[in-house]
Amino acid sequence: MILQRTRPPLLETPFEVFDRSVFTPNDQFYVRWHWAVIPTSIEVAKFRLIVHGQVETPLSLSLEEIVGLPRVELAAVSQCSGNSRGYVLPRVAGAQWSNGAMGNAKWTGVRLKDILDRAGVKAGAVQVRFNGLDEPVVEGAPDFMKSLDIDHARDGEVMIAYAMNGQQLPLLNGFPLRLVVPGWYSTYWVKMLNDIEVLAQPDSNYWMKTAYTIPDTPYANVTPGQTGVKMVPINRMEPRSFITNIQNGASFAAGSPTLARGIAFGGDYGVAKVDFSADGGKSWQPAQLGQDEGKYSFRQWETYFTLAAKGNHSLMVRCTNSKGEAQPGNANWNPAGFMRNVIETTAVTAA
Amino acid sequence: MLTSILRLGLLLGVALLPLTVWAQAAPALKSVSVDLPAGVQMFPGGTAADPINNNCLACHSADMVLNQPALSKAAWEAVVKKMINVYKAPIAEADVPPIVAYLATTKGSAGE
Ligand code: HEC
Repeated sequence: MILQRTRPPLLETPFEVFDRSVFTPNDQFYVRWHWAVIPTSIEVAKFRLIVHGQVETPLSLSLEEIVGLPRVELAAVSQCSGNSRGYVLPRVAGAQWSNGAMGNAKWTGVRLKDILDRAGVKAGAVQVRFNGLDEPVVEGAPDFMKSLDIDHARDGEVMIAYAMNGQQLPLLNGFPLRLVVPGWYSTYWVKMLNDIEVLAQPDSNYWMKTAYTIPDTPYANVTPGQTGVKMVPINRMEPRSFITNIQNGASFAAGSPTLARGIAFGGDYGVAKVDFSADGGKSWQPAQLGQDEGKYSFRQWETYFTLAAKGNHSLMVRCTNSKGEAQPGNANWNPAGFMRNVIETTAVTAA
Repeated sequence: MLTSILRLGLLLGVALLPLTVWAQAAPALKSVSVDLPAGVQMFPGGTAADPINNNCLACHSADMVLNQPALSKAAWEAVVKKMINVYKAPIAEADVPPIVAYLATTKGSAGE
């Protein structure tokens, strides 16, 4: 793992991991915590998930009870809002991630809806807030909490996972329970989830109202220094794609067919197509898509290309999702360095 | 769409043998205990680093701060103010200028 920060841990997945399989192994899955007070030991028998607020029957559920509820399984990409921030120009403060603050896993757990239904959501509920066992280091500082609108929380897709890739969650990935919000940035995927509160008012806590907000503009894009822009909580992800088997600076024999392969994801919609360009975006050819693991998953792709002329070339890859949204040709910019999804370019030479 | 294992099993029967294993054996969760590293690295630079070492290591290790890109002095001032105002870093007013000066020198961008 790439160590971005020791305490609290920020660990990045080395990019070559994405070339090896469509699912990211648990011990190579990126890790991101905000506050350093993280329980280092969790006892299964003692853990409780509480559900309270605007509900008929507040709940305190043991892990045994949760695992006993109807089980669901879903492949989904978890991606940090600030993935790829290290490439944002002009540079901005924050974790200087390369492209490895993301991962794809098969999540197993229960529907959030089933748990909310069991508690009985009262009329007038507008949002549901999620809190984990991590805590601020100093008193009075904002505890990390995230909220979803009530209809989103009850859509039957948002889930509470107790396993990833067939194993219980590693502690650093949120053992024993993690919220999974398919298609949305992982700031919402609250780890060590132990508290669900149904709210009668929109959540105004710092991590919803101020942090993790984006300009309400296409691609969350603004010009540096621009003011007076309406900000909204970050939400759904956009399509992205990467070449995983060819690095910047690679050299190939001119005139011979070469395999390019990689991964793509559609954000909150499935991957409709992946196009590849070996001439800096002048012409595009469709890549062949790998097995469909579900619309929120990585999708592998591959294609052959030939560099006819000796010299420098730019390889590009572009994902279009099933809503018709394609990656843009220009990089976005916003002060927090969120939501980068520009078409990636790999510089290579033919010799 | 979420895949209900039960429904899938009914629909596809034995075709999905590996998945039926999922349907039967609920994973028995086991208690977990880990050690997390403290991150004891200090900010380099001798006495010039004293204010930042005294004030900026309580909540997070130095490595991520040292990994930041070169930023303008104003940007560094904003970061330090954010730590105090938002994250409640207990930092004396008098320590702010030397911390900002340290950051603007070691991680500063000229001309901004
Ligand atoms: C009271 C706790 C606390 C103290 C003390 C503290 N920080 Fe932070 N810092 C945070 C939190 C919380 C974050 C945001 C969460 C994260 O990045 O994981 C953060 C993030 C940062 C970031 C990333 C950019 C950003 O705005 O999120 C930088 C740089 C930083 N701190 C520098 C400093 C410096 C310099 C000091 C000393 C002046 C300092 N911190 C002291 C809590 C603290």
